[in-house]
Amino acid sequence: MISPFLFWIFALMMLIFGAAVIINRNPVASALSLVVSFLGLAALFLSLDAYFIGIIQVLVYAGAIMVLFLFIIMLLDLRAEKLRKINWIASAGGIAVAVALMLQIFSVVGKFSAAREKFPPLPGSTSDDVHRIGLLLFSNYNLPFQVIGIVILVATVGVVVLSRRES
Amino acid sequence: MVTLGHYLIVSGMLFTIGFAGVMLRRNIIIILMALELMLNAANLSLVAFSRFHVDPTGAPNYNAQVFVFFIITVAAAEVAVGLAIVVALFRLRQTTHVEDIATLKF
Repeated sequence: MISPFLFWIFALMMLIFGAAVIINRNPVASALSLVVSFLGLAALFLSLDAYFIGIIQVLVYAGAIMVLFLFIIMLLDLRAEKLRKINWIASAGGIAVAVALMLQIFSVVGKFSAAREKFPPLPGSTSDDVHRIGLLLFSNYNLPFQVIGIVILVATVGVVVLSRRES
Repeated sequence: MVTLGHYLIVSGMLFTIGFAGVMLRRNIIIILMALELMLNAANLSLVAFSRFHVDPTGAPNYNAQVFVFFIITVAAAEVAVGLAIVVALFRLRQTTHVEDIATLKF
């Protein structure tokens, strides 16, 4: 199990850069903050002995998805947005709903007795988790796995159709 | 000692940050990034529960990690389609600001 010091380092890194995503006015800075936030999250996954998930988090999110975001931001040539007139009532409402959601989550976790227990020790090694997840994907979750393939195919065709220029 | 509750609280805080981003920001690309933050907060709590429920053979519950795998795949497809829509919209209106796109607004 991870030491508390490392847990707080990575958790704070994830939360601070996650907050920077929505605070930054420049979209490029937001995208780069999102990369750092996802790296912190990948470290937390590794701390939970989920090596495969941690690795694909870095590969898929920090690699593929963020490159897509940065590519679109630069393609559209988005500058830091000009400060518009802020609708204070709408902002206050949004903050109030978000704070209410956070208090709700805290109270639910606080009442959940298992949340105060430590993680049980793992007798075996988890270095074969790719093998275990692969076996599950091709046995119990075979149908969802094929459905997800169709989803990816539809998304690919849809993106090509959407980004085609009307001639 | 780090307990399950620590991970759940951190996951809840990350979800709240993403939710606040969707509520407060008016740039479509930032809203998509905040959606990614929320999906990842859900992934974190799933993986924490996966590690918490050690099955009799001594391995974590891998069903949750398979579920995280599916969520990451769907998130990737969603971002690709979302950004394609943003590009098509930008070509039409030269804006990514949600308040400039009010044709369907009641």
